[in-house]
Amino acid sequence: MTFRKYLVLAGVTFFASAGDAMLSHGMKQIGSISIHHLPSVIFAVINPWVAGGILLLLAFFATYTTALSWADLTYVLPATSLGYVLLALVARFVLHEHVSPLRWLGIALITGGVGFVAGGPEITTHHKSQSLHTAHGAPMAAPATRGQP
Amino acid sequence: MNALYTWSAITTIVFASVVGDVLMSRAMKQVGDVGALWRQSGLLTVIRRTLSNPSFLLGVTAMAVAFFSLLFALSWGDVSLVAPAAASLTFIGNAIAAKIFLHEKVDRRRWVAAMLVAAGVALLAG
Repeated sequence: MTFRKYLVLAGVTFFASAGDAMLSHGMKQIGSISIHHLPSVIFAVINPWVAGGILLLLAFFATYTTALSWADLTYVLPATSLGYVLLALVARFVLHEHVSPLRWLGIALITGGVGFVAGGPEITTHHKSQSLHTAHGAPMAAPATRGQP
Repeated sequence: MNALYTWSAITTIVFASVVGDVLMSRAMKQVGDVGALWRQSGLLTVIRRTLSNPSFLLGVTAMAVAFFSLLFALSWGDVSLVAPAAASLTFIGNAIAAKIFLHEKVDRRRWVAAMLVAAGVALLAG
């Protein structure tokens, strides 16, 4: 794993949680959508918080697909959950909200789980990916860092 | 009644997310290391190769379904229930699906991690 790859994973974490937070704020402003007016959910994107949330989730999508191109799904996914830890820490130390002992335990569990996965290899499958060949069909050397923890 | 809507939406989110994640992971492994491919052939090649991958398109569709289910669920239920419930169930589902469909080596380390993260996410809801 190179520094750049860790940066991509940090982006996955940040964009996912920030995007979710903005979306949820926007949807609370819009209020409950009636089961009889389901298409009205389309108009939710007019809300600036929802629009901003969607932009952040697009950024999440770009970093997420990039990470999936060189790491296992079960390696990348725990990184997204670090966002919940991030949100709880922001709530405690920036917004000075009360964080209950149960939530601290939740934070500890997630952090421990991520540490567990991060300590192992990031890829356990061997794919013959197209990237080993250039657009002209000439073979290309595999990246030296691939498959190393 | 609202609880029934909320949990139906959560179930839809979890199912669609797992399908989307698995398809997306398969697609990106077929595309190959994005960073290396970008340096080798340029960003346009990366985008063209990604967008022309059938698994990618199906995955995006599944993720869109999950996304709109999330919007509905968030408008019906509390974010502190919906987000962690959907996320922690998706975790377990993904660990199982990654082992079966992607043939990832989900060893004890990753099982423990998936359980820890799922439990932690559920606790954060409390």
